[in-house]
Amino acid sequence: MKPVAPQPAPTDPAALAASLKDMATRILDEAKRQGATAAEVAAGDSSGLVVSVRKGELETVEFTNDRGFGITVYVGDRKGNASTSDAGPNAIRDTVRAALNIARYTEGDPCNGLADASLMARRIPDLDLHHPWDIDVPRATERAVETEAAGLAYDNRIVNSEGARVATARGCQVYGNSHGFLEAAWGTRHSTSCLMIAADANGMQPEDWYTVSRDPTDLENHVEVGREAARRAVGRLGCRPVNTGTYPVMFAAPVAAGLVSHLLSAISGRALYRRESYLLDSLGRQAASEDITLREEPHRPKGLASAGYDGDGVETRAKTFIDGGVVASYILDSYSARRLGMTTTGNAGGYFNLDVVADTRPVEELVNAMGTGLLVTNLMGQGVNLVTGDYSRGAGGVWIADGEPRHPVDEVTIAANLDDVYKGIVGCGDDIDRRGNIHTGSLLVREMTVAN
Amino acid sequence: MTTNNVIVSARQALWDPDEIGEPEITGMLGRLSAKDIDTGELFFQLLRHEAWGLEDGKVKSGAYSVDRGVGVRAISGEKTGFAYADNIALPALSEATEAARSIARTGHGSRTGVLTGTTAAVRYADVDPIASAPEDAKVALLHRIDTLARSLDPRVSEVVVRVSLDCEVNLVVTTDGLMSGDSRPMARFDVMVLAEQNGRRERGSSGGGGRFDTGWLFNTDAADEYAREAVRMALVNLDAVDAPAGAMPVVLGPGWPGVLLHEAVGHGLEGDFNRKGTSAFAGRMGEVVASELCTVIDDATLADRRGSLSVDDEGTPGQHTTLIENGVLVGYMQDKHNARLMGAKSTGNGRRQSYAYLPMPRMTNTFLRPGASEPDDIIASVDKGVYAVSFGGGQVDITSGKFVFSATEAYLIEGGKVGPAIRGATLIGNGPEVMQRVSMVGNDFKLDGGVGICGKDGQTVPVGVGQPTLKIDEITVGGTGAGATS
Repeated sequence: MKPVAPQPAPTDPAALAASLKDMATRILDEAKRQGATAAEVAAGDSSGLVVSVRKGELETVEFTNDRGFGITVYVGDRKGNASTSDAGPNAIRDTVRAALNIARYTEGDPCNGLADASLMARRIPDLDLHHPWDIDVPRATERAVETEAAGLAYDNRIVNSEGARVATARGCQVYGNSHGFLEAAWGTRHSTSCLMIAADANGMQPEDWYTVSRDPTDLENHVEVGREAARRAVGRLGCRPVNTGTYPVMFAAPVAAGLVSHLLSAISGRALYRRESYLLDSLGRQAASEDITLREEPHRPKGLASAGYDGDGVETRAKTFIDGGVVASYILDSYSARRLGMTTTGNAGGYFNLDVVADTRPVEELVNAMGTGLLVTNLMGQGVNLVTGDYSRGAGGVWIADGEPRHPVDEVTIAANLDDVYKGIVGCGDDIDRRGNIHTGSLLVREMTVAN
Repeated sequence: MTTNNVIVSARQALWDPDEIGEPEITGMLGRLSAKDIDTGELFFQLLRHEAWGLEDGKVKSGAYSVDRGVGVRAISGEKTGFAYADNIALPALSEATEAARSIARTGHGSRTGVLTGTTAAVRYADVDPIASAPEDAKVALLHRIDTLARSLDPRVSEVVVRVSLDCEVNLVVTTDGLMSGDSRPMARFDVMVLAEQNGRRERGSSGGGGRFDTGWLFNTDAADEYAREAVRMALVNLDAVDAPAGAMPVVLGPGWPGVLLHEAVGHGLEGDFNRKGTSAFAGRMGEVVASELCTVIDDATLADRRGSLSVDDEGTPGQHTTLIENGVLVGYMQDKHNARLMGAKSTGNGRRQSYAYLPMPRMTNTFLRPGASEPDDIIASVDKGVYAVSFGGGQVDITSGKFVFSATEAYLIEGGKVGPAIRGATLIGNGPEVMQRVSMVGNDFKLDGGVGICGKDGQTVPVGVGQPTLKIDEITVGGTGAGATS
């Protein structure tokens, strides 16, 4: 391979941040010049490399490179947004003009505007998020080939592969507003993933596995990633039907995070002020089992969702949203807080590292305790209605009878109202999955309808 | 009309601002060429988007965006090199080209020559939806629909209305010296309402659109109909009872429930999964994969539809492709890359979310041909089951064939009659199995209203679906209701 391709540029992050900050300043100046009474801007620059292999051969090499900025202007309490990937000489002027044009036609809303100046983050902690991976195409290819090979060799029932993928990305995001707040956050994100296909006389079953981290030295051994994908795929062979009925249902840790995310959505500002939540006026009320506490840790070093300030420039801080099952705080940005007559919780852009805090137990113990029911390892579809709490999704997993795993299960649905699901959580496993924004172990729910 | 004049205007929009012309492009194609590069392409694209949203009785939000860039792809056997740039200036184009061709093991080729424009029949007008109405008219329309929705029933408590307008111009040039372009309008209008009664809240939504400008909103009563439909659905759901659980007959209504075809067979017939042998339909060409009542088509040539394409994102003219004919698998959907590796021809299904993504085989408008049954007879044939008329979306596991789709408006069928509304429930089945259980197909064919979005491997593209009323003898319904039998 000829070294003609640009590697993900070993850009000095401080220099990149300085140039983005300079651009953000010019955009804010232009907004003021064109008549905005307040403005905020987000600008980003990220680049990366994605290498995919399949059946031992290089399949794709992708060089990613994304730049752009978005501006929100306010004219009194009217608002307009515009964004562009254009970096040309007229881009700033034209984009500011487009945003102001929008603001000319939108209607005033007293809840609009920047977050209060007093709430702007002052000391931004060093979150240790920037760990570039010095990996080139040949070495990424080799790593992906080894990942896939480990999966293919794991079991002779592994008959096919969607391949393995190694990805690395680095980026810098700048946020500034007309209070004078202007900060840059840079970070890296690396991953290795693999998708294996197992088959028997009844057909094929795919399963994937991945590892992701800020620091390449924190990645799970890539050979294990391939093996785990294969182990999971083989584990799905031999599915048998089950009887429709109501049973205990355990959400395995990788899918439990999704279950928790619906609860967080239901106490998020936008859903609340639009009355699109089954948890309206729920502050201080029980929304989950008293065993469950949901805590946000925005300043965790190397955290995948760590941030020193939110999308409004407001200081992020550790806090508890659900405390012993009771709603302790909504999840608010400055707009939704004003709509609800409250104060922002520093969550513009969502939550930043969410931990499910509970008395954890070994998963085997939970399985033994659940008697007869379903351990869910796969979920499909969008059957979640936050307005009513109605939950009905496609699922697959392992049938548990008398506390013992018996056989894989496929093509079933699980259904219940979310309010009953969260209040019916009776156990949390110690198998915490830390690969996403929500860190949780497996969650055991007392009862749901399983249909087959 | 052909896309010929589109190429001229696309070159102006995409190349002129950076003073790029044919010599620079052919030079770049030369650099992209190498002995072991089978084919390569430059995909230039300008995307403009405008959206206005009303909530709480006010048009509070509006947004405008511009994205202009180029994606460069080089293919050598099964290998693909890809890079993109968010500007079209020569240094960025050059850098992306060198990156994409880095999969080559040989030096630069030496191609010179001229670009040959290729044309196709146009499937939609070259219009700009954003400029087709002044801002104040769009804002006034949102208000009118908000007022209408609230006036229809006192139980309507919240109304959200949104209009979203896109204008895309693209130009594809390949190392074969071929050049094609497209100008693609897209307009979409959505109404979402909440209705409240005795402390219970339910949602209803409706919307539509297609590849045209805002004329349909201002010159027809389409927007009023979306409002009426959203309110009707919310009110129906206020009285919904728990859905049953278990395997039972299901009748799907016409139009948007065609998401069944999209999930149960569509994805599984995309060329890439079949080339790799990872689709539940792989190696089954010529076999019976559905009941003989089923003929499934993917058709990019329908006028003005959301999924229609005059040419796809690789420059291949949009086509009408039969996938399943009377139950027999007869065709896959192909892009150029997979077609070449399978010894087939592209079916014009090569699509990409934008210049920053690689093209893949994707659906356009996918539908089931009408049958002979009267819709009333289909419902009357079911003693106990479910009649589902609207869905929120679906998902498929292409390899195992299992798929889900979630009903947002459905009813019980009791003794051959449509009974009470039921709460939203997910249906789950296995594509090839469920399609063999299609036992009645209606004569009331309908396309969806124009709101479909399809996701695959992290890329979304607009699509259409359609079908007549049809009956599936048995599929699992994921309710919670007392109908659950152990």
